[in-house]
Amino acid sequence: MNSALLLNYSTFGYLFASFIYVAAFLFKSNKAALGGTFFTAITVIGQTAALGLRWYESYQIGIGHAPLTNMYESLVVFSWTIAGFYLYLEFKFKNRTIGAFALPFAFAAMVFAESGWLNISQEINPLIPALQSNWLIAHVMTCFVGYAAFAVACGIGVMYIIKDSSANKDEGLMGTFPPLRVLDEINHKTMVFGFIWLTAGIITGAIWANSAWGTYWSWDPKETWSLITWFFYAAILHARFTRGWQGTVVAWLAIGGFFNVLFTYYGVNFLLSGLHSYGS
Amino acid sequence: MSKKKNSIWMFFASVKLALFVLFILATASIIGTIVPQDAPPQEYHQFYGSVLEGVGLYSAKAVSIVTKISTILSIDDMYRSWWFNSLLGLLSLNLIICSIERLPDVWRLVVMDNHQTKIGRLSSMRHKLILTSTDSIDQTTSKLQQLLASMGWATSKSEKEGGSLLFSQKTPWTRLGVYAVHLSILVIFAGAAVGFFYGHKGGLNLPETLSSKVIYQYGSGEELDLGFTIKCNWFHMTRYPNGAPKEYQSELVIIEDGKEILTEVIEVNHPLTYKGWTFYQSSFESHKKYIITVTNRDNDIPERFLVPLRQAVRWQNEELLFAVKDLVPTDTPMVYNFRLLVSDGKGGQHNLILEANTPKTLTRADGTEYVFQVKEFFSTGLQVAKDPGVILVYIGCGLMLAGLGVAFFMSHRRLWVYIHEQDGTTTILVAGTANKNKPGFERNFADISAKLINSQSFEVQK
Repeated sequence: MNSALLLNYSTFGYLFASFIYVAAFLFKSNKAALGGTFFTAITVIGQTAALGLRWYESYQIGIGHAPLTNMYESLVVFSWTIAGFYLYLEFKFKNRTIGAFALPFAFAAMVFAESGWLNISQEINPLIPALQSNWLIAHVMTCFVGYAAFAVACGIGVMYIIKDSSANKDEGLMGTFPPLRVLDEINHKTMVFGFIWLTAGIITGAIWANSAWGTYWSWDPKETWSLITWFFYAAILHARFTRGWQGTVVAWLAIGGFFNVLFTYYGVNFLLSGLHSYGS
Repeated sequence: MSKKKNSIWMFFASVKLALFVLFILATASIIGTIVPQDAPPQEYHQFYGSVLEGVGLYSAKAVSIVTKISTILSIDDMYRSWWFNSLLGLLSLNLIICSIERLPDVWRLVVMDNHQTKIGRLSSMRHKLILTSTDSIDQTTSKLQQLLASMGWATSKSEKEGGSLLFSQKTPWTRLGVYAVHLSILVIFAGAAVGFFYGHKGGLNLPETLSSKVIYQYGSGEELDLGFTIKCNWFHMTRYPNGAPKEYQSELVIIEDGKEILTEVIEVNHPLTYKGWTFYQSSFESHKKYIITVTNRDNDIPERFLVPLRQAVRWQNEELLFAVKDLVPTDTPMVYNFRLLVSDGKGGQHNLILEANTPKTLTRADGTEYVFQVKEFFSTGLQVAKDPGVILVYIGCGLMLAGLGVAFFMSHRRLWVYIHEQDGTTTILVAGTANKNKPGFERNFADISAKLINSQSFEVQK
């Protein structure tokens, strides 16, 4: 057993879990959705083991470091945090229909990691001196927990819009969704959660930059885009608290915010140059 | 209250202005990540040339006009431009005025005397419970105080409209959380301003074995006096088996008044700080020369020689003549051993292969032993910063996280209990509110209700 194989299984685990969640939703079967939870949990555990194994393997080839240092590893961690965060959300709000809209993100991240479409290396690379820091884990994990929450918020935004625009909001298929008011509430809480972790991610990044280069903020494209993302979600929260924005408009903003996150995460590395170029 | 009528004041206090400024800042920042920053002029000609070509408006004149506009608006160095920083200033002003505008009302809620709350308001609250008791008002009141205290709601009591009013609250100060977040942004800006006005950023290329009292400021190249001397004993670079750089290290010595105060090895991510100045390992430079250290084991006094490749050097006193003949590849890419030729003055010719920094002993015909050591001669590239504002920035960051936690996860919860006589029966009205996390408080209140009912001391009013 090696980490590459386990991660391959994880991809199929998330595909299978997504499939069950979607099927359970379409056939309105709560029991089947329980299977989705089961497979998600098993896959998260397996993927955790895979990440641990990859960490261990890196020590075996003499370059030991946490598996958080290139695009491949970050996509794996992204899918892992999405699935983990989703399970937490499901546990907290006791609704499994969200799984059909959240788990596909975890699956998609794994597909991008494994398929070779992005032309990224899956190898364990030695860690360049700039990345050899205790801040690596704190910075990457805080950012990705935030990103994961924003991904799930995007899925919830989609649910809200679908339910809101359907003729029969409380019957049939749409009846299995949480009520609009609850979806809006979960969406808001998820974005708040993501916002706090993004804040922590930016702060840990600033502290790390200061200990590596003596500059906590240098308007590098990654920093700038993370700040733009931060502004975006800060604006959503302010609009809600002071103007009472909610519902459909916030659902659309949650989707827009996630595109912002995707650009910060992926677009910056490939379209703009800067200090985070090793992430590619 | 006249200031409330002032429309300029209200403009600066508005959330609309904040959102507008954030929008402009975000847009400008996006442009700043696309247009190269702080690059040489010809790069802008090239950049705007290709942009104009892309939109089909290319002409030499257009390029020069766009480049000129970009220079005038400082788009080529935007984050340091007057208008970008003015926008940050405007945002700060907005935060300050908006906080001044709202804080008094919020403060009133934090410190207010909740015993003044009208009974009418209590009975219209969403969370309420009405109980009756067969005991007197006084007995019931003390019983309730006891019960509530055991649930963690210590109450204060007042007499009101012929009955008694109990009140208890939790964390009223959490209403200030959002202002702590606003304040934290100002603290971070203040830290940045301190760094801008009192901080220094510079660099220093320090050849091994040499020292310097100054560093060179970025941008201006101006000399900055450190107030002490910094010396580099050595620079090492290690590589992974595949040749990728593993670590850059420099041993630095701080010298003050001719005394060595501190010796420390720095590496990337592990800088050295002394008297506010921090030295970061940033780069290195090879001089294509080699340091040969030779020690006669009789007296153990090392002698150092600096030589280019294939150039012989003589140690007169010991009659030694030696040279680095060539570099010998190793299993690790980019890592070389040194082939040293030594003519020992007693007719002996020696051919030594030395690993970097690894000594090797040579014995001459007369029995004298010499220890040879070779390394490439480097300069260490140090980034040097003195930023007294960093501590403020960090305090601001801590305050921001704490403030966000308080603002989003803690609420001001209030509980009133009014005990009075109604139609000859002692009647108890329990009411509560929370300013945030209403579902959480709903559970809180249900829990309190259940405990009161289960205490068997009261009847639920039909």
